[in-house]
Amino acid sequence: MRTFGFPEFLFILEAAKWTVALSLIAFIGGAIGGLAIALSRTSDKPLLRVLSGGFIQIFQGTPLLLQLFLVFFGAPILGLEINPWVAAGIALILNSSAFLGEIWRGCIQAVPSGQWEAAQALSLSYVARMRDVILPQAFKIALAPTVGYMVQIIKGTSLAAIIGFAEVTRTGQIINNATFQPLIVFSVVAGIYFVLCWPLSLLAARMERQHAQALAR
Amino acid sequence: MNYTFQFTEVFAAWPLLLKGTLSTVQLSVLAMLLGLGVAIVCAWGKTAGPRPLRWLINIYIELIRNTPFLVQLFFFFFALPALGLRWTAYTAALTAMVVNLGAYATEIIRAGIESIPKGQIEAGLALNLKRHEIFRFVILKPALRTVYPALTSQFILLMLSSSVVSAISADDLTSVAANLQSQTFRSFEIYIVVAVIYLALALAFTALFRTIYRLTLNYPAGR
Repeated sequence: MRTFGFPEFLFILEAAKWTVALSLIAFIGGAIGGLAIALSRTSDKPLLRVLSGGFIQIFQGTPLLLQLFLVFFGAPILGLEINPWVAAGIALILNSSAFLGEIWRGCIQAVPSGQWEAAQALSLSYVARMRDVILPQAFKIALAPTVGYMVQIIKGTSLAAIIGFAEVTRTGQIINNATFQPLIVFSVVAGIYFVLCWPLSLLAARMERQHAQALAR
Repeated sequence: MNYTFQFTEVFAAWPLLLKGTLSTVQLSVLAMLLGLGVAIVCAWGKTAGPRPLRWLINIYIELIRNTPFLVQLFFFFFALPALGLRWTAYTAALTAMVVNLGAYATEIIRAGIESIPKGQIEAGLALNLKRHEIFRFVILKPALRTVYPALTSQFILLMLSSSVVSAISADDLTSVAANLQSQTFRSFEIYIVVAVIYLALALAFTALFRTIYRLTLNYPAGR
């Protein structure tokens, strides 16, 4: 039987790069999807609003784990060859699209309505109105909650372990099965997540304070 | 796409699914109540307690909020028994849920407590209310009212993340689904049905929380 030593620690630490990679995929994909959702939610077309509202309701109202299972077991039905990488990536992208979409919808609507009216009065097109007037202001409001949500994404990637994706948690389980030292193994695993997440949490809190101060002035 | 959906076997297993749904509801409701208790105590400690206590509570909150629930669950289920603690998957799952919710809800309730104007507490003092009465009626109740939406959406997130306890095979809806899946091999159909049940539960809890608000916290705001 192996005991937990430096090589085992390195083995888990190395898996952190897959956690980071999966988080980045989920964030970038989720940012693109989330922007589309946020724009549909604030659009003046009722059909877009209903569709994006339904999308958000479904992904916020069901567990992320079930979404992972549905993609993992559902893709072969559509005839797609699927591995844990693709399944975890797709499920996390869809999930973060819903959450980021809802966060950003709030930020877009938080831009004072006078800005909308002024942009309309200047007869700016929808694209120009959004790109040059609304979104830059919404971006500032969105910064803190978005960084905060990145922490949720990193933590969410741990669920990919359940469908067999070898990131930090799964690697921890494997090492634990080989060493039977759960206390130290899962402390190391938790420590790695903490090191990834805590700076982001602190950053989000700082941005929020700065934003509150800027508003108070 | 040449796949025929077969829901018959899934629906035939409805007694199992019902049982799983009930255990998820029971687990979540217990965790919500206990977690709320933990959070109220910690929020009091963080706003009025001595400095070392505040420190400890802060460490607890930061540790829990910056690590995944699944890892916390593994820690409670695999690591603590290695220290000699003997408990079942169910107790480990419930404890992990309470500890997890406690940390998030502490921060939410603390924000509510800090939003109470100082004059309101002084008014309580002027009325010669006892310390615990001031905390209960003058601070906590209006604070809970202020943060009610945030608190209840945290409760619903907890109910949804309870599906993760199936990873240590504690009894819940998702583990029922996993068992059915290994017997019938209709994984996709089963998980669709179970996802719909979770969605229904989330909507039901939302309605329940709205009713609780109407019955307990719906008094006119004083401003």
